[in-house]
Amino acid sequence: MHKLSVSAYKEVLLLLRDWGGLAILFFMPSVLIITITLIQESTFKAVGESTLPILLVDEDRGEIGRLVAQNLAEAPNVQLITAVDGKPLSQTAASTLVGDGQYQIAIVIPEGLSDELNEKVAHNVDKILGEFALTEADSTKQLQRNEQWDPKEVIIYFDPAAGQAFRNATKNNIEKMLSKVEVEKIYAVFIDQMELEEDPGLLDNEIIAFKETIAQKGNDGIIPNAVQHNVPAWILFGIFFIVVPLGINLVKEKNLGTYIRLRTSPVSYLVILGGKILTYTVICLIQFALMLLIARYVFPLIGLIPFEPGTQLPLMILIAFISGLAAIGLGILIGTIAETQEQSAPFGAIFVIILAALGGVWVPTFIMPEVMQKVSAFSPMNWGISAFYDVILRHGTAADIAQPLSFLLLFFAATLLAAILYDKRHQSN
Amino acid sequence: MEEIIRIHQLSKHYAGSERYALKDLSLSIKKNEIFGLLGPNGAGKTTLISTLCGMIKPTSGELRFNGLSYRQNRRKIQQQIGIVPQEYALYPTLTAVENLYYFGSLYGLPSSELKRRISDGLHRVGLTDFAKKPIKTFSGGMQRRVNLLAGILHRPSVLFLDEPTVGVDVHSKEVIMALLHELNAQGTTIIYSSHHLNEAQHFCTKIAIIDAGKIVVEGEPQQLIASVNGATTLENVFIHLTGSQLRDYA
Repeated sequence: MHKLSVSAYKEVLLLLRDWGGLAILFFMPSVLIITITLIQESTFKAVGESTLPILLVDEDRGEIGRLVAQNLAEAPNVQLITAVDGKPLSQTAASTLVGDGQYQIAIVIPEGLSDELNEKVAHNVDKILGEFALTEADSTKQLQRNEQWDPKEVIIYFDPAAGQAFRNATKNNIEKMLSKVEVEKIYAVFIDQMELEEDPGLLDNEIIAFKETIAQKGNDGIIPNAVQHNVPAWILFGIFFIVVPLGINLVKEKNLGTYIRLRTSPVSYLVILGGKILTYTVICLIQFALMLLIARYVFPLIGLIPFEPGTQLPLMILIAFISGLAAIGLGILIGTIAETQEQSAPFGAIFVIILAALGGVWVPTFIMPEVMQKVSAFSPMNWGISAFYDVILRHGTAADIAQPLSFLLLFFAATLLAAILYDKRHQSN
Repeated sequence: MEEIIRIHQLSKHYAGSERYALKDLSLSIKKNEIFGLLGPNGAGKTTLISTLCGMIKPTSGELRFNGLSYRQNRRKIQQQIGIVPQEYALYPTLTAVENLYYFGSLYGLPSSELKRRISDGLHRVGLTDFAKKPIKTFSGGMQRRVNLLAGILHRPSVLFLDEPTVGVDVHSKEVIMALLHELNAQGTTIIYSSHHLNEAQHFCTKIAIIDAGKIVVEGEPQQLIASVNGATTLENVFIHLTGSQLRDYA
């Protein structure tokens, strides 16, 4: 026991005097959790709250152009721009401005779009009403003309730097707006054709409404937010980054020759590793506590929602503890196999990033391709994140997280065993 | 004199290697000897010392320490041996005291006794004033002295030295050699490996020259010198027996 405690004490001293290692263990994850959460939160705000300038080139100069302009002008968070430097926008000018990155979006309503829509709607309404013999059956002639129509296209220019998600979201909104214009037009034609009064009392609101609700256990009204998604993910990323200093620590011992002393002393390798496991487990828990404190007390100071672990804190500590063991096992294995710091440090760092990517730290696993989803199931970070999400977002109990925690413990045991066997084999060879 | 280490038909073959590092090597080391293990690069010296320290397992052969087999008594044997590797096997950011306390603790020495030995040891090698300074601030000679102390705190029966004075200033070398003689006088058997043949000639009571994993010759330094015609130094004997071609290996 004394040998284990002096080994752990030695590790503590080594860490306390290694500023670079301490930075990796505490400072970098702290910066990471603040930066990433801030960026993601800002992105949500950018989409939801900030004003987006949109260039509109109305070559139609008809009803649709007017309605689109009106809808854009009335839309929240949109700044409608139809002229630049006092000159009305042309398609070429709009394309250049967006291409140069000065604006993110430009919409071009082609010439004659209103006339075309009017004719199409009129034709369709005629056809429907004709079925009921409510109008003159002269649609056959019109149909022939329609088949020769060259459909006009609304052109949307995007900044090349705009992400696909942003483009899809914007395109959907514009399509939705144009559909609304189309529906309004159809209603208008029906009213006209059927010679109804100007306002027949049609419902103005959307016919089908949506209510977004988070499905969760219990009914305490807590709605998961970006912080609750980000904090556990980046806590876990920070914990797993322990692989880098731990790997370096082991390689350094081999290179310094202290490994020779340790292996020729009457102490089992497990005791030597035990000192490291003990110390780095405490480091993981301190790291976890630090990140939670940042999320709880620093986040509100920089405009983020504070993270409230509430009654789930004990289970979160358990997950952090067992995830820490898994990370330590991996660090020991990498440090045992690597011959130089140049091998262990980049490999450890890149491997953790891969595990994080696979584990769903950056991109949720459910939007990954099917193959990657299957691969993701083998990432220890995925098990850790699942456990955290089960506890924080789904209010899971200890029983609910038993499986991912068992996987993490098995991973720890397997990596530690592999490191010991490798070391033993290395000796006997 | 009583035998402390007995090696019989010891062979070691590393996986993937074309040749044996040690091949049917037999050797007997007596208590209280200063036994010099000399040989060209790649001769098998390090493999032999690593095997004797229990770091690597032999492929075949028998190895006994004080009559105990290494197979069943590795920990017990390791308790009785000390090693001073060629590298400064110390943690650079820890102080001399912290390094010595850690390595001494691994041998199960009680804390108070260990602290007393560290204090005495540092005084003996002239480093009392530097006890609480990090090793990384020490000169090569100072680090070598701490390196030696780390290997002898538990007062081993057998001390393995691998190039203990390489890169050391004259004063530090004097202190190291004096301390080694003192230890030997107190009953410690010393197994010494070096390329400093002149140092080995004057320091060792017995010498074995090893080449290609086998003992080429074994005896007292003066006996070995006398056995080769025209030889006046151990270096002449060494060149005569191992040849003058380069022994570079990778």
